[in-house]
Amino acid sequence: MTPARKKRIFLIVLMVAGVSIATGFALKAFNENLMFFFSVTDTVKGKAPATKDFRLGGMVVNGSVKRDAGSLAVSFQLTDNAEVISVYYDGILPDLFREGQGIISKGKLRSDGVFVADEVLAKHDENYMPPEVADSMKVKK
Amino acid sequence: MMKFIHKTASPPYFYQLSGRWIPWLAGITVLLLLAGLYGGLIVAPTDYQQGESYRIIFIHVPAAWMSLFVYIAMAVAGAIGLIWRIKLAESVAVCSAPIGAGFTLLALITGSMWGKPMWGAWWVWDARLTSELLLLFLYFGVMSLYAAIADKRVASRAVALLALVGVVNIPVIHYSVEWWNTLHQGPTIAKFDKPSIDLRMLIPLLIMATAFKFYYVWALLLRVRVELLERERNTQWVKLLLKQLKG
Repeated sequence: MTPARKKRIFLIVLMVAGVSIATGFALKAFNENLMFFFSVTDTVKGKAPATKDFRLGGMVVNGSVKRDAGSLAVSFQLTDNAEVISVYYDGILPDLFREGQGIISKGKLRSDGVFVADEVLAKHDENYMPPEVADSMKVKK
Repeated sequence: MMKFIHKTASPPYFYQLSGRWIPWLAGITVLLLLAGLYGGLIVAPTDYQQGESYRIIFIHVPAAWMSLFVYIAMAVAGAIGLIWRIKLAESVAVCSAPIGAGFTLLALITGSMWGKPMWGAWWVWDARLTSELLLLFLYFGVMSLYAAIADKRVASRAVALLALVGVVNIPVIHYSVEWWNTLHQGPTIAKFDKPSIDLRMLIPLLIMATAFKFYYVWALLLRVRVELLERERNTQWVKLLLKQLKG
C-alpha cells in the first residue's frame, strides 16, 4: 500500500473516531432529554417536573380501570412493578389500551399525586405470536 | 486478487458484466417478493395483540433494516473511493443514496400508518423515530451535495466524507430503543435472546428482507451503469458502445 493511501485510511479512521466520541459525549449530556417518558418510580421520587407537562409510562394495573358511565372519563392506575400512580384521563383511548398493557400518558401531576393526562398512547411489546400460542402461555403461567 | 478487483472495477468491464446480472436480479427479486407477501399476508397467523394490523411489519421492518444497510454500504463504498480512488466505488456510493432514501421514507411512512391505529399517534418525537428521520435528512444531504458540485470526482469525495460523518447515526438508531425510553418497541429479532416472534411470521419476514436486498442490488446496478456512462461519456469505450447501438 502506498504511503498516500495509508495516510488517507488513517485520516478517515481518525475522523470517524472523533465524530463518534463527540456524539457519544453529546448524547450522554442530553441523556435525560432523550427519554421519551418518565417511569412511575422516577415520578414518585420527584424526578419528573412538578409544574410542567411530562410523559409518564407504565403498565395498567389489573382491575384498576374505572370508566365513568356518562362520559369518556376514565381513571386507572399505572405501575412499573415498584410504585403505583393513579391516572385520570378524559378522552378516547387507543384500541390496544387494556389492563396489563404498557401505555404512555402525557399530562401533569396534580397536587394530590394524581396524574391528569390529556393524551394516552399504547405501547405494544416486541412479541409476535398467534392468539393460541398466547393463550397456552397464559395457562402455563 | 488485486488483479481481479482491478479488472472487475474497470468501468467498461463492469458495464458489460452487470448487464448480464440485471435480468437475474430482477427475476429473483420478483420471486422472493411474491413468496414473502404470500407468506406474510396469507399464510402467517394473526397476532395475539395487534390482530391483522401487525402485517405491516412485512414491509416496515425490511425497509427499516435496508435503510441502515444501504447507508453502511454507501459509507464503505465512499471510504474505498476516498482511499483507492476507484471510480466504481465512487459511483456505488453516490447511487446508493436515493435508494437508501427511498427505503427510509418507506419505513417512516409505513411506521406512521402503523402508529396511528396501534399507539394512537401518527408521529412522536421519541429517540427511534427522530434518529430515523435524521437518517433521511443525511441521505438528502448526500444527494444535494453531489448535485451541487459540477466536478463529479470532487463531488464524490465530498459526499464520501459526509456519509462517513453520518455513520455515527447508525448505532444510535439501532440501540435507541435500548438506551432510552421510547414509544417504539424494543428489538424482536436483532438481540442475543431467541427472536420473540412466531416462526410462521419470522420466515416470511426474512424472505421479504432478502427480497429487499436483491432489489437494492438490482436498482443499484441500473443506477451505476447510467452513472458510469455519464462520467465516461468522453472515453473510447462509451463512444464504441454508442456506435454499436446505432448499428
